[in-house]
Amino acid sequence: MADINTENKIKVHVENMNFYYGPVQALFNINMDIADKKVTAFIGPSGCGKSTFLRTLNRMNDIIDGTRLEGKIQIDGSDIYDPMTDVVGLRKKVGMIFQKSNPFPKSIFENIAYGPKIHGVKQKNQLMEIVESCLIKAALWDEVKDRLDKSAMGLSGGQQQRLCIARALAINPDVVLMDEPASALDPKSTLKIEDLVNELKKDYTIIIVTHNMQQAGRVSDYTAFFYEGHLVEFGATGQIFTKPAQKQTEDYITGRFG
Amino acid sequence: MNKQRLKAKFIKYFLQSCGSLSIIIVLLIFLFLFKEAIPFIGDPGLGDLFHNIWNPVSFQKEEFGIVPLVTGSILVTLLATVIAIPFGIIGAVYISEVASPREREFLKPFIEILAGIPSVVLGFFGLIVIAPLIKQLFNLNTGLTALTGAVLLAFMAIPTIMSISEDAIKSVPSIYKEASLALGASKLETIWKVVVPAALSGIVASVMLGMGRVVGETMTVMMVTGNAPVISMNPFTSVRTMTATIAAEMGEVTIGSNHYMALFWVGIVLLLMTFALNMISFRVLKKYGMIDK
Repeated sequence: MADINTENKIKVHVENMNFYYGPVQALFNINMDIADKKVTAFIGPSGCGKSTFLRTLNRMNDIIDGTRLEGKIQIDGSDIYDPMTDVVGLRKKVGMIFQKSNPFPKSIFENIAYGPKIHGVKQKNQLMEIVESCLIKAALWDEVKDRLDKSAMGLSGGQQQRLCIARALAINPDVVLMDEPASALDPKSTLKIEDLVNELKKDYTIIIVTHNMQQAGRVSDYTAFFYEGHLVEFGATGQIFTKPAQKQTEDYITGRFG
Repeated sequence: MNKQRLKAKFIKYFLQSCGSLSIIIVLLIFLFLFKEAIPFIGDPGLGDLFHNIWNPVSFQKEEFGIVPLVTGSILVTLLATVIAIPFGIIGAVYISEVASPREREFLKPFIEILAGIPSVVLGFFGLIVIAPLIKQLFNLNTGLTALTGAVLLAFMAIPTIMSISEDAIKSVPSIYKEASLALGASKLETIWKVVVPAALSGIVASVMLGMGRVVGETMTVMMVTGNAPVISMNPFTSVRTMTATIAAEMGEVTIGSNHYMALFWVGIVLLLMTFALNMISFRVLKKYGMIDK
């Protein structure tokens, strides 16, 4: 495996992690260190467990009945599956962007202000500042600044997804999880999202699940290849794409299966 | 070939006539109501309907003012709605968002049973249980008040509100909930700030339909509201609703008399009120795309 440990600060540490949907085991003995302020991509065929793994990192799998996790996941050194862990605090620290853009059926302003409001920001001008700065970070400000009070549902698919990114940034997370954020978008919008990812990694640790091999190659510093619930290979993106250590990885990347 | 086409045509007309049956019936009812009621315009005059006293059988002076009946109906309906809304909506939220699947399976049949209780039976229950309770609780002379009727009507509106609201809440896409939870909102915050607002149109429609049911309800209110045709917005007075008036007096009235026609006008007003409520709920549902245009 790559020498992530020596080069970078570790943000997320996963140790001997097994994950189950009821009786079905979805992830097998995952060990991984994810670097701070880098982009890490998870690739693999459908059903390989990459999205499941992503959702363990902010405990979104908790809302599915009958799921169970063994092993350890640490973020900044503290075990997020410890019974004492405050899930709200965890999700505040680990933001998430979903595969299908899901703005609330509220105004653009209200969408972004939702998170800060829940976490106690009340003053209107303070909220306005947050909304503006997050929209600027998400490269959406110029397109929507004149219609912040209009429904978010009127935006295009790509704009909606960037709005969701802005909304996730509004609670000031450290880690941003992206679950195939561009899979439903046209190439132009996809490119915008990728540019955004490149921009955001200065301030955030980004973990992105993608089906799109080129995308993983373009945006990520590290790539992890999953197959049937196992982490097959994990290393620097350049190395994974040019000389993978495992035959399976090579077959997948060159398009022989998956 | 020709036979086939004839058959298809016949089936089409048959289905068409079945489909239009309800329209024809509605029109006929309207027509019939107006036919019976129209002579009233000439003799006592429509203005008499707006008087404040309903005293249709009298040797001195007959009065056909339906205002007390209308206010009676409105008072009981509004009270019942106010009582039913929190129970209906919170119940719907509980069943669709909080309850475990087993609880849900247990609760839902009971709501349907509540919806299916005959109104006469509910009236008994009101007379024997609710009326004395209200009399005692508020220290009144009689337990037969607008509030008593409203409590019982709320029992009838709650199942309607609950089941339609539940459908509306359940149809809120789970991606909204996930987005809210992922932003660090608690389950309760997610329900009140995202799920319920997203389902609001359906909830409003459910309340309207519940009100429609309450306005038209007759037997229960006749048994427990005391039937005094007075203009009052005080929940602790006896009132008389439009429906109860028609049901109580129609049997004994002389056909074709002024009283008879006045009762038909009461019916027309009632019909227009329920019609308006249905139209509003239909509009709300349509506006938010919950039913096809």
